[in-house]
Amino acid sequence: MPVIRLLIVLFAIGVAAPMVVNAQPPQPAQEEFVPVDQLPPEAELPAARMVIGAYVFVWVAFVAYIFTLVKRVKKVEGDLAMLERDRR
Amino acid sequence: MFAVAPVLVHRAPYESTMGLVQKIFYFHVPGAILMLLIAMMAGVTSAIFLFKKKPWADHWSIAAAEQVVLFGAMTLVTGPLWGRKAWGVYWDWDARQTSALLLWMTFTAYLLLRRYGGPGSDKLAAGVALFGMANAPFVYVSVNYWRTLHPKTTVIPNLVPPMAGPMWFCLAAFAVMAIVLFTLRVQLEEQRAKVEALYLAADES
Repeated sequence: MPVIRLLIVLFAIGVAAPMVVNAQPPQPAQEEFVPVDQLPPEAELPAARMVIGAYVFVWVAFVAYIFTLVKRVKKVEGDLAMLERDRR
Repeated sequence: MFAVAPVLVHRAPYESTMGLVQKIFYFHVPGAILMLLIAMMAGVTSAIFLFKKKPWADHWSIAAAEQVVLFGAMTLVTGPLWGRKAWGVYWDWDARQTSALLLWMTFTAYLLLRRYGGPGSDKLAAGVALFGMANAPFVYVSVNYWRTLHPKTTVIPNLVPPMAGPMWFCLAAFAVMAIVLFTLRVQLEEQRAKVEALYLAADES
């Protein structure tokens, strides 16, 4: 019969627990949503860092691509000049 | 144009809920639009190369594929930086982000094939570009069919004029840059074709 006793104890706890919780003085309602403009400064992500990071990446990507393009053009022009010299 | 764009972006009004971080929009959206348009173009020129065997179409395809990877990288980096502040996460694996990443990876695969694929890789890569082209419309409409954190396509037509002006200006600046880089890249490919022809002629003689 230990199983039946265990079930009775669990049932008693299940019934008693809400009553005990309800008997406690009401807690102040927890604010789950905090508007962004009311966040403490340490909890805020710096937007400026994100914006500057994004813009810097775009510029760096353009400059890096132009750099590789110019490098490749120079190499091909060099090859072309060399081959034409050899043909003559 | 690239010197004026940051001034216009700085003067544009702040979005009411996101604030400063929304200004990433002015570089993120033009990059994304160009990525999709150029991916479509790469697919069309690859189809012309596959079925009509026109060498110019191959030159256009490889130039376009590089641009897709360039503008795709800009979109895929600036988007998560914006998302981290606006949504709380850099990446959410939603339909728009995942399909855009897939598009970028498809064209990266195209370039890797062209670089390391050996003889015949031009035709194989053209087939890959067709898959990339097929993915582009899906990337665009994905936000309208799946529930996602990403804003829908209705945002751009409904922009208020003080925000729409800088956005269209930035798009024009990006488009001009894309045309210039594309023209240079096509010329490079034409010169490479000349070099290859000269090498072949030298070998035969």
